[in-house]
Amino acid sequence: MHEFALADSVVKAALRAAEDAGMERIERIVVKIGELQAIERDLFEFSLTNVLPVQDVRLEDAEFDLIEEKVRFRCRPCGHDYGRSDVAIDAAGDEGEAVHFIPELSHAYARCPKCGSPDFDITQGRGIILERIVGQGSVEDES
Amino acid sequence: MSLELDPREVVVADRMAGVSRLIGVTGSKGGIGKSVVSATLALAMADVGIRVGLFDLDFTSPSGHVVLGVDRGFPDEEFGIEPHRVHGIEVMSVAFFSGDSAVPLRGQVASSALLELLAITHWGELDVLLLDMPPGLGDTNLDVINLLPGLEFLLVGNGSRVVIESVARALQLFVEMNVPLVGLLENMKRGIADSVRDLAVRYAVPYLGAIPYDDTLEDALGDVAALRRTDVYRELAVLPISRPAVGE
Repeated sequence: MHEFALADSVVKAALRAAEDAGMERIERIVVKIGELQAIERDLFEFSLTNVLPVQDVRLEDAEFDLIEEKVRFRCRPCGHDYGRSDVAIDAAGDEGEAVHFIPELSHAYARCPKCGSPDFDITQGRGIILERIVGQGSVEDES
Repeated sequence: MSLELDPREVVVADRMAGVSRLIGVTGSKGGIGKSVVSATLALAMADVGIRVGLFDLDFTSPSGHVVLGVDRGFPDEEFGIEPHRVHGIEVMSVAFFSGDSAVPLRGQVASSALLELLAITHWGELDVLLLDMPPGLGDTNLDVINLLPGLEFLLVGNGSRVVIESVARALQLFVEMNVPLVGLLENMKRGIADSVRDLAVRYAVPYLGAIPYDDTLEDALGDVAALRRTDVYRELAVLPISRPAVGE
């Protein structure tokens, strides 16, 4: 259940961003979930909503929006742009498991469908991104 | 408020909260024995009861697990991932995930893999975490300096003319960056030249001693009982950092 560790990072990053902005209550946290990491969404969401927020009053009423983002790869040698269904990573096997833990290990298994190169950039949809927080109140507003 | 923020960096300090001392075992050239020194030092520490971890950060050529004879698969998950406990050492390596597959990673991609493992690995309570660094002074070395406050480096070198100049450059950089240095360790020493000791003196860095070139080492790799009989183990076991703190 390393989804818990990822959820923990989202909550802590949101709290830090709220603190930096003087936000006293966080109402909504928008998180992008990259297709490549293939996290177990139910576990991730459970960690966010049922385990972590109770630790901080600023998150008591927070809702989480999880947005799935498709992965895109761009081949460095030939420039071809391709997606998850174009690469042969066995999602149910050890390759999928390795990429689930460390998405960068896709470089061990994925190849450009056009030229066969393992040298590519992941241009979107790698893993977890804290997209946005929405909240109320600020120290500046009250002063 | 739009952020588009990678949240992993925020939790690195939390994950390291139980680690008392962080030592990166580094060197400016490949093939000078960083992995052997890291893994054997970890073994020597564990043998005297020091709570030690070994984190192999050479993502494209991990080898600490080979030195220790670790043949294990995916780590266990428990609110993150748990290092494998082997010979009393908490061990984490990308090899546990990628097996025998080649992992071609550009520098920035290796940085992201490093950050992922730092964000999800629970080290627990450790007296020392040893980082087996990749060769050179590239992204991973700079990443750990930035991400891990308090990190010290143990620099491995030898007196070969193809090594000594790059060791001097590394020392120059670490001194300039105010990176704390445990010291300079001479590995695979042949002959009587004192060029490595002289370098340590020139940069006012502790000279940790010399490990003689050891013909028995190759056959001992992967066999910790044999590893304990090597000169490498004997020399590393007497370093001040390999002794338990007074009172433990």
